[in-house]
Amino acid sequence: MTMTEIAGVAVERDAEGFLVYPEDWNRVLAEDIARENGIPELTPRHWQVVEFMRERYLETGTAPSIRSLGKESGVPIKELYQLFPKGPAKLAAKIGGIPKPRGCI
Amino acid sequence: MKRIVILGGGTGGTMMANRLRRVYDEDEAAITVVDKDDRHVYQPGLLFVPFGLASADEIVRPRRRQLRSGIDFHVSEIDHVALAKDQVHLVDGSTLPYDVLIVATGVTLRPEETEGLTGPGWRERMFTFYDVPGAEQLARALDAFDGGRLVVNLIDMPIKCPVAPLEFAFLADWYFAERGIRDRVELTYVTPLDGAFTKPIASERLAGLLAEKGVELVTEFAVGEADGEGGRLVSWDEREVPFDLLVTVPLHEGAPYVGRSEGLGDELAFVPTEPHTLQSLARPNVFALGDATNVPISKAGSVTHFEGEALTENVRRFLSGEALEGSYDGHANCFIETGFGKALLIDFNYDTEPLPGRFPNAVGPLPLLRESRLNHLGKLMFQWLYWHALLPGRDIPGISPSMEMSGKERQLEHVSEGGERR
Repeated sequence: MTMTEIAGVAVERDAEGFLVYPEDWNRVLAEDIARENGIPELTPRHWQVVEFMRERYLETGTAPSIRSLGKESGVPIKELYQLFPKGPAKLAAKIGGIPKPRGCI
Repeated sequence: MKRIVILGGGTGGTMMANRLRRVYDEDEAAITVVDKDDRHVYQPGLLFVPFGLASADEIVRPRRRQLRSGIDFHVSEIDHVALAKDQVHLVDGSTLPYDVLIVATGVTLRPEETEGLTGPGWRERMFTFYDVPGAEQLARALDAFDGGRLVVNLIDMPIKCPVAPLEFAFLADWYFAERGIRDRVELTYVTPLDGAFTKPIASERLAGLLAEKGVELVTEFAVGEADGEGGRLVSWDEREVPFDLLVTVPLHEGAPYVGRSEGLGDELAFVPTEPHTLQSLARPNVFALGDATNVPISKAGSVTHFEGEALTENVRRFLSGEALEGSYDGHANCFIETGFGKALLIDFNYDTEPLPGRFPNAVGPLPLLRESRLNHLGKLMFQWLYWHALLPGRDIPGISPSMEMSGKERQLEHVSEGGERR
């Protein structure tokens, strides 16, 4: 785990860049993490996914999978891959300041 | 008289019915098992059918005959569970009231959820071995296959027995070598994961085995479309993998009635379940085990088996008004068939990933995460244990429901959760 400064604030992140404490998160921080990961600007469609992820995590304690996102976030899977290239669930979680989806076992 | 209703007469439902029948006399509790048919499939055997190493009639037996006397077996589709009324409504019109409900209806394959997969070419050049008809059709297709690109794929997690598609790739390498045409077959393993398997140390070993056997590994490939006419898999991010023959594991969901039962399941019809007590989050008198739950461990028969002891204890405690103390640790144990008469063995739980070493303890005899003939024999012997020890609800000698650290080699090198070595 490392302390890094994003948006002028020191936050603790894990080796892959996920926030260690979801309560450190704010929208400016999200924009910064997005830029670090090759997304120059968060559009309203990005925010729809990021906010859905974050709410779901705070409600249930787990981040939704890509299939759940496709079924419930209002953004179809194809578009999720366009918005968050490579791994939408992983990247949206990172931007949303929640732990990496536990994924699959 | 307590009423225990068990939905599903597969591995978990059968084992739980038999275990609970031993706990309660017939005048203390009525036990009813519901399933849509009377065919109990030994699912690990499905892997062998495509290669002609097992036939369907060797791996299917009547469900009813696996249940002890004094258990009522009811054949019907389930319409829905009315949680608020403690009742199960069946499609045949009957209603089953319960004091305790156990959900053990496993998963349902959903190939139609992937665009194109059930279109042209389905069951002609695109197959799954995850059900009996599919495994039999694939046996005929493999027999007729005399060269070209064979792609082994899983669409997305979670799937039953996450090692099975890897085993399929290993056995395909052996099968074509036996037939003398291995050099005419291009084998490719296509996975949405970032490695061959979900857990880092095992993933690395299994990726090594794929490479040794000349199987190309394509990772982070999330299938958006299966094009049977064009013979290609297309990922959501628009990459393509061509195939002449596709062996895929379709998307999984919980049983359809779970989705029709208000409050019982999540958006994929899995039952949210407390991972240690196996009590559902829906209602205190509803429990779940095996593939039907959302607990964070592999969907596998061994998991279901190891869950049995804790769940039996908790059902007993619940019915007598005591606090739940039975605790499942996420123990899973899988043989991984690697071809040429050998297999690996992995043993893990919620907290400990599969490690090398020996099983069941430091003196063995079975090596962990290493190929051996003994593991292969273990895998073959397991079929007998399944019908004669696991389903009747007996413990298997020498194998504890909780995972043992004894025999496992702890890894000094730190491995991050995501599978990347630092």
